[in-house]
Amino acid sequence: MTATEWLPFTVCAAALIGLGLYGLVTQPLLLRRVIAFNVIGSGIFLLFGALSGSESAGTDPVPQAMIITGIVVALSATALALALVVAHAREGGRDP
Amino acid sequence: MSLPITALVLCLTLPLLGAIATVAAPRHATPLVTSVAGLMVAVTTGLTSHVAVHGPVVVALGEWAPPLGIQIMADGPAVLFLLVNALVMAAVVLFSLAPIGQPGPRSRLAQTFWPLLLLLWGALNAIFVSRDLFNLYVGLELASLAAVALVAIERKRDTLNAALRYLLFALTGSLLYLLGVVLIYAGHGTLDITLLAGELGMHPTDALAIGAMTAGLAAKTALFPFHVWLPPAHAGAPAPASAVLSALVPKASLYIALRLWLEAAPGAGDAIAVNVLGWLGALAVVHGSIMALRQERLKLVIAYSTVAQIGYLFLVFPLALGAAGAVGSGVADSAWNGTLFQALSHALAKAALFLCAGLILEAAGHDRIARLAGVAQALPVTLFAFGLAAITLMGLPPSGGFMAKYLLVTASLEGGVPGWGLIVLAGGLLAAAYLYRPMASAFRHPDQESAAPFTTVAAWRQAIPLGLAIASLALGILPAVPHELMGGMP
Repeated sequence: MTATEWLPFTVCAAALIGLGLYGLVTQPLLLRRVIAFNVIGSGIFLLFGALSGSESAGTDPVPQAMIITGIVVALSATALALALVVAHAREGGRDP
Repeated sequence: MSLPITALVLCLTLPLLGAIATVAAPRHATPLVTSVAGLMVAVTTGLTSHVAVHGPVVVALGEWAPPLGIQIMADGPAVLFLLVNALVMAAVVLFSLAPIGQPGPRSRLAQTFWPLLLLLWGALNAIFVSRDLFNLYVGLELASLAAVALVAIERKRDTLNAALRYLLFALTGSLLYLLGVVLIYAGHGTLDITLLAGELGMHPTDALAIGAMTAGLAAKTALFPFHVWLPPAHAGAPAPASAVLSALVPKASLYIALRLWLEAAPGAGDAIAVNVLGWLGALAVVHGSIMALRQERLKLVIAYSTVAQIGYLFLVFPLALGAAGAVGSGVADSAWNGTLFQALSHALAKAALFLCAGLILEAAGHDRIARLAGVAQALPVTLFAFGLAAITLMGLPPSGGFMAKYLLVTASLEGGVPGWGLIVLAGGLLAAAYLYRPMASAFRHPDQESAAPFTTVAAWRQAIPLGLAIASLALGILPAVPHELMGGMP
């Protein structure tokens, strides 16, 4: 891929990471923070994919395997976070 | 497969298999968990003695060599952490065998506590032996998820709050680490620590990568000012869980930071960055100790003490990589060995302290320091164990903590930066102050009218923290073998 091909992806990835970090810091609601975490994760995976395609020799398959692993890890983390948020709400806890 | 390689593979697979088996057959959980714990102690002891005699054990998974494959390696520092992990975990398993013990009723113990404990055990072992930065990420995330679930295990509102806060810090930390991994892979095309050694720092994005990874790891290690999640989480969890969380989990992320800075990128850290890390460590020592002095509950004192003790571990960066490390390789070696001594002896001593606090909580029904009078008469063995563990945290001889402080102070004096050594000594004095308060209160005779009855605690359970405390002293009494295994700067 040439620079004009991969540059839009990396710019989008950086924007997603920045947006997610902003949300994580500024949003007080727990559910929104969990979503912000997922936005950052998506940005990082996009960055990984975009950078792995930037070589002239073609696409490197190793990052794709890592992205899939990373998505699985992020999914389980999100599941635990949501379970905790639900349990917290059941116990009468409010968003800080 | 040869025997040491089998042992190394068992270190990773046995706890995970045990976790699945415990979930599948909760009726047989007790024999399952105890046999897994016993086997793991045997396997790690064997592996440690093999590495001590014959040197590191290296396995390329599936015979795929790096950069394509993943390598796991049990070198000296790795086996020391594996062994301490096994000792603490086995002690916690034994401790939680008692039917009236925390946490909660027996069925929940089998269904949630033990599987999570074994899962955490496997994840920590994976971190200690892994040589691949992405593999380390998976281990780190697995350890965080198990640790957060352990905090929330009692489902009380306060602990759920603490667990959520912990989870947000841990997840943000992992993502920052992952961002660094992505940038390193894009720059170098490999994530193997051995292949990266000497290469890291050459690429323009490496500074950003290492910065993001270090910030993420610092948040997970609870370095000041990212420590706010630690005291409520560690003090709120049930005592056996707190023992593991405080003793081992922060060490895992620190271990990755050490591997990253000292092994993969020894030349990459510039003077400002390593001094910032050192200063944050020093602030953690002072802030954590002062906060520990001001707490009213025993478990909170011990939790804030963890914040302070973690601070020492970050002094290795200015001592080994800054101007002091340039004086001679001896300085960097002392700093490295001292840091490992501190990490290992703190793990053993802190696990002992939390188990002692758990026993006191069981016997007295509370852990308010002001109302501990008479505990020393009711639980003499527990208080003895508490005292022995306190010796390590203060850094008095003969203990692993003394070896750590001695080596760190030596490094700072020989390196011409005595300020860091002063922090270490001041931290020891502050530790003496905050550990004296609960001890003094426990040794007071109770007033006749206000004397609260104590529930009796079985002697064998009191012996468990005593064993851990003695192990932390043994590191200082017999330091030669562990010192040999640490082997100075990698």
